[in-house]
Amino acid sequence: MHGQRPAGNTLARDPTRFAGRANKGKGFDRGSSPADAPVGTSTRNAHVVRFENVGLRYGMGSEILRDLTFTIAPRSFQFLTGPSGAGKTTLLRLILLSLRPTRGLISLFDHDVTRIDKATLTGLRRRMGVVFQDFRLLDHLTLYENVALPLRVQGREEAGYRSEVTELIRWVGLGDRLHAFPQVLSGGEKQRAAIARALIVKPDLLLADEPTGNVDPSLARRLLRLFMELNKLGTAIVIATHDIGLMDQHEDARRLVLGDGRLHIYE
Amino acid sequence: MRAAAGFLRAIRTRRGERRAGDGAMPLVPAASISGRALVTVIAIMTFLAGLTAGAAQLVFAASSEWRSSVATEITIQVRPVTGRNVDQDVARAAALARATDGVEAVRAYTREESERLLEPWLGSGLAFDELPIPRLVVVKLQEGRSADLASLRKALSDQVRNAVLDDHRVWTQRLAAMAHSIVLLALGVLVLVLVATSLTVAFATRGAMAGNRDIIEVLHFVGASDGYIADEFQRHFLRLGLEGGALGGGAAVLFFVVAQIGAGSWTATPGGDQIEALFGGFVLEGMGYLAVVVVAVCVALLTGLVSRRTVRRTLRTIA
Repeated sequence: MHGQRPAGNTLARDPTRFAGRANKGKGFDRGSSPADAPVGTSTRNAHVVRFENVGLRYGMGSEILRDLTFTIAPRSFQFLTGPSGAGKTTLLRLILLSLRPTRGLISLFDHDVTRIDKATLTGLRRRMGVVFQDFRLLDHLTLYENVALPLRVQGREEAGYRSEVTELIRWVGLGDRLHAFPQVLSGGEKQRAAIARALIVKPDLLLADEPTGNVDPSLARRLLRLFMELNKLGTAIVIATHDIGLMDQHEDARRLVLGDGRLHIYE
Repeated sequence: MRAAAGFLRAIRTRRGERRAGDGAMPLVPAASISGRALVTVIAIMTFLAGLTAGAAQLVFAASSEWRSSVATEITIQVRPVTGRNVDQDVARAAALARATDGVEAVRAYTREESERLLEPWLGSGLAFDELPIPRLVVVKLQEGRSADLASLRKALSDQVRNAVLDDHRVWTQRLAAMAHSIVLLALGVLVLVLVATSLTVAFATRGAMAGNRDIIEVLHFVGASDGYIADEFQRHFLRLGLEGGALGGGAAVLFFVVAQIGAGSWTATPGGDQIEALFGGFVLEGMGYLAVVVVAVCVALLTGLVSRRTVRRTLRTIA
């Protein structure tokens, strides 16, 4: 929403509840245009993601997301938040291009997605890491094979990435479960495995949907630190969460708040 | 040793673990595809296609044999005509035949021999003297050399007017037409079997894709190209195709081997003679076995290609 506070005071219609710093008097709902985006430090793309007046509706129903205009800069860190059902996962799916908007323009890594072919789409997805809310680990593959999957589908030889994958798995604390199948992992272990799978390609953009939803506060803090480290290494991070406590641990992060189908941005 | 390794792997898998070095797991789980049923269908289709190809080759070889043996012989019929000496006419016709280029041998049937030819139909003890039985002169032609039948026909019409030259052309043409019809029919059956196999594989692939939609979606999200996903399915279905093709093709080869042995034991029986008349010695030559193997390989390749095409077409509809 551009320069206008949303009306209404219900939970669903009160995005400032998720804005955090706005309530402390620091934030403001200004909406953003491509020009508003912070100057990226990446020399590769001006914007990692750019949405212009994007709307989405299913069938003939009303728009569930409307007039989304925002950018995600390289090396930026943002929380995507809002009440349950606000459309956080849907917005992530739009960024992932598993959903196509009914109107508006989406640009990924400076590519207009309406004009890209499948090969380019595959190339763009290889620059993104995704942590799904339901993990989406492949049950017939071991933890090691799941984490190595993004490298395997790129056609890389296993000998070239084995140590890299093993090291990352140890780093997320699952070194002793290397060859276990997802069925025998706990929710927290699956969560970390999904995060490791997203990180293994050292993505330019990481999308994480409720990545701390199944872990205790201590592990949640560790995972957040992990994302912050990754961000320092140059990855733009988008974490969808409604965990205000988690967001408060990284006060400098930008907050994208979804409410009533619209997006409010707090820098 | 290999069995023991497999057992240990199975135990580990049951315990929820698999070690590195066990080999990369296929991304499309084999258990998610109704492989046994598909292998059975492909095996049956390959068996039927192999039988068709082999039978067509048998009939074509037998027909070629008939045609070559018929084409190397011609017959001169000399009809008895009042006022002419048939024995002189037969001798004259035989002499004209011998004098013709490309003729290897001439044999004039005697009156007794001609009567014996009719005995199977008319019985013995009849007064053949009262019947106008034509006399035959069988002319054997040199192989690989065309005889000058036009000049022989002209000479006979000039000098032995009651003689008719039969070069069996009508029979040869009929045999050729029959053999070609059977080969075309077999090709038609082969095409139908291959189409049915393709459709079965396409349905099975779509079913496998529907059952593995979540996996395909994850593969897309982690950066797998359509070609990579299609490769995964193609590899799996090609293996099923090879398995089914080998089973069906092997069964077809076994059938012809057993049939050949069986036909050998029926030789000199009335049924065996009929079969031999139709299919020759019921011996599938090397080309016949090669045709069965080619059909089996084609079915396997077709299975892989159809699954790949189906996957790519379906993936186009998925973001």
